[in-house]
Amino acid sequence: MTMLHDTRHHQASAHLDALTDEAITIIREVATACENPVLLFSGGKDSAVLLHLAVLAFAPARLPFPVMHVDTGHNFDEVIEYRDRLVHEWNVRLVVASVQESIDKGRVVEDTGPRASRNRLQSVTLLDAIAEHGFDAAFGGGRRDEDKARAKERILSFRDRQGRWDPRQQRPEPWAMLNARIRKGEHLRAFPLSNWTELDIWRYIARHDVPLPSIYFSHRREVVERDGMLLAVGGPVELEPGEMPFEATVRYRTVGDASCTGAVESHAADVRDVLAEVAAARITERGATRADDTFSESAMEDRKREGYF
Amino acid sequence: MGIDTELVSSTSSTLRIATAGSVDDGKSTLIGRLLHDTKTVFEDQLSAVVKASRRYGDGETNLALLTDGLRAEREQGITIDVAHRYFATPRRSFIVADTPGHAQYTRNMVTGASTSDVAIVLVDARHGVLDQTRRHALIASMVGAQAIVLAVNKMDLVDWDEARFLEISAEVQSFVDALPDPVPVTPIPISALLGDNVVDRSANTPWFAGEPLLEFLEAFELRPHGDVGARVHVQRVIRPQGGAHADFRGQAGVVTGGWLRTGDEVTVLPSGLTSTVRALYRWGDEVAEAGPGHAVVVQLATNVDVARGDVLVAGAVIDPLVGDDVVVDVCWMVDRPVTAGSRWWFQHGTRQGHATVLEVQHRLDPTTLERHDTAELVLNDLGRLRLQLGEQVVADQYHVLPEGGRMILIDPADNSTAAAAMVQTVTAAHTNGRG
Repeated sequence: MTMLHDTRHHQASAHLDALTDEAITIIREVATACENPVLLFSGGKDSAVLLHLAVLAFAPARLPFPVMHVDTGHNFDEVIEYRDRLVHEWNVRLVVASVQESIDKGRVVEDTGPRASRNRLQSVTLLDAIAEHGFDAAFGGGRRDEDKARAKERILSFRDRQGRWDPRQQRPEPWAMLNARIRKGEHLRAFPLSNWTELDIWRYIARHDVPLPSIYFSHRREVVERDGMLLAVGGPVELEPGEMPFEATVRYRTVGDASCTGAVESHAADVRDVLAEVAAARITERGATRADDTFSESAMEDRKREGYF
Repeated sequence: MGIDTELVSSTSSTLRIATAGSVDDGKSTLIGRLLHDTKTVFEDQLSAVVKASRRYGDGETNLALLTDGLRAEREQGITIDVAHRYFATPRRSFIVADTPGHAQYTRNMVTGASTSDVAIVLVDARHGVLDQTRRHALIASMVGAQAIVLAVNKMDLVDWDEARFLEISAEVQSFVDALPDPVPVTPIPISALLGDNVVDRSANTPWFAGEPLLEFLEAFELRPHGDVGARVHVQRVIRPQGGAHADFRGQAGVVTGGWLRTGDEVTVLPSGLTSTVRALYRWGDEVAEAGPGHAVVVQLATNVDVARGDVLVAGAVIDPLVGDDVVVDVCWMVDRPVTAGSRWWFQHGTRQGHATVLEVQHRLDPTTLERHDTAELVLNDLGRLRLQLGEQVVADQYHVLPEGGRMILIDPADNSTAAAAMVQTVTAAHTNGRG
């Protein structure tokens, strides 16, 4: 029994070592081959791990590129507070791209009604910001295990002048050798966490004490149940007729736009508890908590084609 | 220390697998079966697949839909691009590249196979060995897979006929024996659809004495590459601007080929300048030594000229090759053919530069293994080129150290990745001066 436990611990630890080396290598390579990269930072756990790895990749030098938060305006307060604290403590430069500004400028039209979400609008704000700042590469925390369309994505993924992803014309990536050559106006998305699973992310967080927003751990919150998900009340979510809010002990498995990110009932109060919970989970994080991905079988592919993260 | 570490990790390290084989041989179904039977499939993924199977009119739950992630793939029922999937058992973690079977997507198959330790080549027991079976076995051996599992699939449709299984096994074995780089082949009779011999031993094959697929993969011992001496292809010079570390200067890169330790003598190639390792850092912390795959920063004792693209070499058992006249085996990946005199970009290690094709030496027929004289290679061709590079590279023969022997060619017209290339020889015939 102890033997089995030791073996398992050793293999999990060796696997995480290899993933860590791989991610740091990708970050260094893309940051050096490209002229003006940026790291997309949502305040969620994947982008927290990505930023932590990026800081390690260039230590003891300062992170040589900025991080960008695409702000939907529908945030959890805890996440904004966390974002500002982290960029200060880790000495990184923050750029904020605002969906509200895109709406005010008429670049996008906001949906209305109780189920309105700004999630889809983010793609336009993101592409506008990439063009405005002249970024040629954007690091994202996307993982291939998140979704079937993401499972097809390269580590270094080409975007044309319109910011579009063409899944049928991806550059082959033999030996994970990264071809970072682009023409003006085109850009690249880089995914150093491609080969990580949700469990690997949590193991890394536990190993390196990566700080996270408090909403990843269990807390009491007023919620409403909709389509099998628990949505926070009091923010952008509007109650529909017949819906009854109630208080529950919950935590978040993902952090996105507050209008479409659901909580799960959980008593996991610290990283150790969460690790145990994730290891035993029978439902994917997106299936459990993201209304935006459950619309159709190809929801993610369609949004990615339009330039989504 | 280095040797002990490798012994411990050889049975417990992550295994990278690629599937290969022709269209409809059941590659995606097999991956779906592995994910399903190792309880890796989450409930919401499974219920989505059950629903989709009904919509596409499949009789049973179509486990291939777990990996065919693109709309076009689900509609056509084929795999176009590589999907990467992850699963773990108590004994091991696995990364699986599910690769396309169509000849027109061979470049994506090469991508999937290039990073894999083991290739699972599927054959439909009814149809036997096809051209694609041979092509994929050849590619798997070219890119350096350590083993091929021959999964003879759909055995239920040939009434679990042992003679048929042995016939197919013998045909593949004799083909692989004739390859330039033969690989051990392990045949297993399976039904991916029904699960026989995938995770659990099948009652339908009492004549089969070998292990089921998952057991074989869990126990497979990776053969560590021989120690050829450490190399670090320098990605970037780390130089803090001001602050507490203003005097710090280090070279960031990945260690390959062997172990690097504090105090080691280092030669910078191609310049030939020498220094010693003052300190090593991994993940921001100082370490006494670093081994293959470790992402490090190397701080040298003296201030020698080192830039991106240079290679730090320590304790060379086999010296790396320095030169600009290079012979490579390639898989050609774009529509534009390659001919003598054509110009491309090359990328090797952390170095990029011009590459002019001096000659197309031959095309390798993937089914007969004959080498044909040819003026050009076209999309999906396998063959051999001699290149004149615009700069010297510090390389290794691919079979000596794959990390030092791999290269890509890039089409300057649109920046697409045009070829995966494996270094065979490097000479400095066209060099003037250095090296």
